[in-house]
Amino acid sequence: MMTTIEMERIATPVNREPAESGKGTSKISVQNFDFYYGPAKVLHSINLEIPDRRVTALIGPSGCGKSTFIRSINRMNDIIPNARAKGTITIDGRDIYAAGTDVVALRRRVGMVFQKSNPFPKSIYDNIAYGLRIGGMHNKRELNALVEKSLIRAALWDEVKDRLHEGAFTLSGGQQQRLCIARALAVDPEILLMDEPASALDPIATTKIEELIWDLKVNYTIVIVTHNMQQAARVSDRTAFFMLGRLVEYADTKTIFMNPKEKMTEDYVTGRFG
Amino acid sequence: MSYSGRRKIVSAIAEALCAVAVILALLPLAMILFYVIKQGFTSLNWAFFTHMPKPVGEPGGGMANAIVGTLILIGLAATMAVPVGCICGIHLAEYPDSRFASVVRFAADVLNGVPSIVVGIFAFGLVVLPVKRFSAIAGGVALGMLMIPVVVRTTEELLRLVPTGLREAALALGATRARAVFTVIVPAALPGILTGILVATARIAGETAPLLFTALNNSYWSTNITQPIASLTVQVYTYANSPYDDWHRQAWAGAFLLVMITLTLSIIARLAVRGLERMNRP
Repeated sequence: MMTTIEMERIATPVNREPAESGKGTSKISVQNFDFYYGPAKVLHSINLEIPDRRVTALIGPSGCGKSTFIRSINRMNDIIPNARAKGTITIDGRDIYAAGTDVVALRRRVGMVFQKSNPFPKSIYDNIAYGLRIGGMHNKRELNALVEKSLIRAALWDEVKDRLHEGAFTLSGGQQQRLCIARALAVDPEILLMDEPASALDPIATTKIEELIWDLKVNYTIVIVTHNMQQAARVSDRTAFFMLGRLVEYADTKTIFMNPKEKMTEDYVTGRFG
Repeated sequence: MSYSGRRKIVSAIAEALCAVAVILALLPLAMILFYVIKQGFTSLNWAFFTHMPKPVGEPGGGMANAIVGTLILIGLAATMAVPVGCICGIHLAEYPDSRFASVVRFAADVLNGVPSIVVGIFAFGLVVLPVKRFSAIAGGVALGMLMIPVVVRTTEELLRLVPTGLREAALALGATRARAVFTVIVPAALPGILTGILVATARIAGETAPLLFTALNNSYWSTNITQPIASLTVQVYTYANSPYDDWHRQAWAGAFLLVMITLTLSIIARLAVRGLERMNRP
């Protein structure tokens, strides 16, 4: 269990004051966004608004383009040869695909957690400190404080505080994934992208991640890809249903699951295909 | 015969064939080790490490100059080959599909297949002829050229084994490509790269041919890298070809020492990997 003090720490952003204003307004705006791998068009004219400090879930069958889409938000697809984007994605009104965009700066604002936990082959401490160090922070006291805060926010501190300098691979799968979340939080992003963060975890570890997402949305705009319908229903405020590279329906999570407009959405969320 | 009976017999035959193959493969190694240890160890004594060669007929003497010479040659070769090889390997792993990379890769493979005597002749033409003097530097160049392709290909292969997830994690935290390579990808592959370097070192430590026209040999103590230098391999070659029993014994001791150097390097490589992997692996 967490102490009251720790609960308070969680409610405080790492180094940014929480502002109630702007919550729920559009943070990420996607307009006529197409994506190609070589000649293959995998995303067709996506339009959607992702609200500030809410959880937005992307659901849909395998190969529907939801991973490609989430990786477009921090331009992770740039490293794939022959991949090409058309249309715009704006964050706080600025087009991230505009010429001259600083991709490194973008990625510091838009953190990412991957499907397969991918801690660096370094100690727990060095994993968390990595992003801070490459950002130029070398003051030991500052680093210690932020490593601790990040681990507390990722609900991992109590489990690792006595072995910060052990290798990250000594942790269990669920702990490794929370370590990756803590690592992403350490650089204090505004947006957190999660690409099926719990798909490789057991139910208990999954529950922990979901609780964490619930806590984190106070301070972060979260976009999560999931194959697990219950998970989408549990953690998200808004849900987007993708199918064959198209956005079929996007609405409040409750609407998508209880009262979808499209027949296809209904079939998918009720498990009639997928 | 029942099916299961036949299956068991076939299985037994297959197992026996495997065992025979293993024995055939290991037999030469075991015999070399046995013979070298038997002959070499008895000829080995403290003087072998600390004394200089003695003229024919005088008993005793050692190969102190050749031992130091071999170490100097290895050091020179590694100084040239490790930085070039590693950086080259990083390039190949980072830009695997560029035309330049495929040319470099092909060149490395060809160089790896060039007989070491040819490399020796090349180093002779490149370093010895212009200054008209055999030297340790020339020997180092020849050995370095043999080492480079091994280091290049091991570095490349090991870097490519590093999971993409690690690169993505680093980039997602705002690392530049170069930063991701030097702070995450190379460190993750480092144990393997070090092993590759040690194995390459062990390989060149046993080369004789490329030294014949480059470092030559030296009967005297010399650590001057612009002068001819003695080496264990050339000394063993010279002594083994001589008609003197004393020198034959010395040659065996030298051969024994060479085998031990190779063995030690392999063991160090393994230990280094184990130590580093404790941090790296689940």
